[in-house]
Amino acid sequence: MNASAAGLLPDVSGHFGRYGGRFVPEALIAALDQLDAAYRHATADEAFQAEFGRLLRDYAGLPSLLYRADRFSAAAGARIFLKREDLNHTGAHKVRNVLGQALLTKRMGKKRVIAETGAGQHGVATATAAALMDLECVVYMGEVDTERQALNVARMRMLGATVVPVRTGSRTLKDAINEALRDWVSTVDDTHYLLGTAAGPHPFPGMVRDFVRGIGVEARQQILDQTGALPDAVAACVGGGSNAIGIFHAFVGDEGVRLYGFEGGGEGVSTDRHSARFSGGSPGVLHGARTYVLQDEDGQTIESYSISAGLDYPSVGPEHAWLHDTGRATYLPVTDAEAMDAFQLLCRTEGIIPAIESAHGLGGALAVAPTLAEELGREPTIIVNLSGRGDKDVETAGSYFRILG
Amino acid sequence: MGLTEVFEKARAEGRAVSVGCMPAGFPTVDGSIAAMVAMAEAGIDAIEVELPYSDPVMDGPVIQRASEIALAGGVRTKDTLRAIEAVAGTGVPVVLMTYWNPIERYGVDAFARDLAAAGGTGLITPDLIPDEAHEWLAASDAHQLDRTFLVSPSSTDERLAMTVAHCRGFVYATAVMGVTGARDQTSVAAPALVSRVRAATDLPVGVGLGVRDGAQAAEVGSFADGVIVGSALVRCVLEAPDEAAGLASLRALSADLARGVRAVTR
Repeated sequence: MNASAAGLLPDVSGHFGRYGGRFVPEALIAALDQLDAAYRHATADEAFQAEFGRLLRDYAGLPSLLYRADRFSAAAGARIFLKREDLNHTGAHKVRNVLGQALLTKRMGKKRVIAETGAGQHGVATATAAALMDLECVVYMGEVDTERQALNVARMRMLGATVVPVRTGSRTLKDAINEALRDWVSTVDDTHYLLGTAAGPHPFPGMVRDFVRGIGVEARQQILDQTGALPDAVAACVGGGSNAIGIFHAFVGDEGVRLYGFEGGGEGVSTDRHSARFSGGSPGVLHGARTYVLQDEDGQTIESYSISAGLDYPSVGPEHAWLHDTGRATYLPVTDAEAMDAFQLLCRTEGIIPAIESAHGLGGALAVAPTLAEELGREPTIIVNLSGRGDKDVETAGSYFRILG
Repeated sequence: MGLTEVFEKARAEGRAVSVGCMPAGFPTVDGSIAAMVAMAEAGIDAIEVELPYSDPVMDGPVIQRASEIALAGGVRTKDTLRAIEAVAGTGVPVVLMTYWNPIERYGVDAFARDLAAAGGTGLITPDLIPDEAHEWLAASDAHQLDRTFLVSPSSTDERLAMTVAHCRGFVYATAVMGVTGARDQTSVAAPALVSRVRAATDLPVGVGLGVRDGAQAAEVGSFADGVIVGSALVRCVLEAPDEAAGLASLRALSADLARGVRAVTR
């Protein structure tokens, strides 16, 4: 059992080895300390855990199913199980994190939440939790994203949230996070920053991981119940990294289980249009943590690209950086084309339209299956985290496959 | 003259030091050098150069815009060092304010060495807290550079004491809970924060975030050792129709700020 599996990471100051930490203005430290303390108390509080569990079960529809996808498996040459986070309320794994953090917000006596969103999924999830728990909600969203995700903007507004288009920098997710941080520096007394992924300054990476780690806990029990054995591999897409760390974490101590994280390979890592922080980036500091980032030789952030808005981010959660460097998990890029092939294959073989983010996990599984089969000398068993559903991506996918109109 | 001497001289005169900020490379490298020299000539006591960064989370819209213009113009870390060298060469103390990643990318010790060689007095680090600063503490000791960490109205007494204990040169007190940008009113929290800092250290205390004119500089100068002005100066250049007009407006505001800190004696 290594340190992460034993629950020892992050350390008390929020480090995963050399990664993580707090690279934020001093003005935010008191709020991060308050959050850390509130979270620790909540973790030990049975009433909090019971309320969180009740909401996950009765409101979000958890535990999510683990489904053996036979027709997709036949095409993959591997026994593929899908962790059906796409069936959760609001359509993705993110509901676990927002419910946990919204409960904490109430517990801290704060009345307002702010959030960043790229494609709008985290924004919708936050607006949902805010409506449920009677919190004021402001969502920062890059102007470019508000245009390409107009439906999600409408969803957030229906739920009572204010959506603020961000017009600085590249006008995408990275700039939405900058703007949310700027808001938080000014409003930290009554506002919680409901960060959408297992990244950012301590305590977010460890706290968000703990809110979503039920994905892996459930999947581990479900695969044992269904097959009597642990899987050969667990696969997930990695944007900020919450769905991946959520399904990985329960398996980190299982040495025979390979962990694969698939990044947005965009048009290829050899081009300048990708979101592959591990294959195309380097260690640096962005958005409050030391981790792998896309940066130029001067340490200026390089804009990421992926067909998937949720993977289109130049940084990644610090625990993934640590899992990468220790070799416990393997991170590989999956190009737009590979992801969209897998997207179509899942639609046609299983009648499931995945989020394009999750299609990267599927595409990656298809790519590693043959090597894994050869290595094991048998058909491998792979759990893929189907982290979200594809309703939000119908326009992007329809345009990619030229089937609109 | 070093920054410490400037603070000492001003203290002897019973007044605060004026510190004027400008991103290097805005609107061009030479343009930023001209702007900073003009500020100093008009009476600003010390210059804070900001290294343009792609993700400046402590900065408001004016400095964000100026940083974007600088980066779009192709400014590099080495250009910032060149600007520091040029401005420091005129005799005014120059301190660099920078987000952390560009320094880490350059190599912390290598950057400290090159900053010292360029004549910079040290770093102001808005997103580096002492808790994460082991490399910088060592490099600043090795190259005899000042290090200014920020304290905030929300800092606990314990953190404030720890932070100022790691500062050298001066302490930066953020007067308001918020990002940079000129405001109609400076903060009521600032005097209280400054007195908390004074209880913990003998170092000079600079107050920034929100000062836009001589009257506000006088007000802040009545309780702080340094009055740090950024966005209001940057706006002179940003909103000017041409370079000459920008410099003229910059000189006028700089002179107003210089008069402001001299209007109140303590």
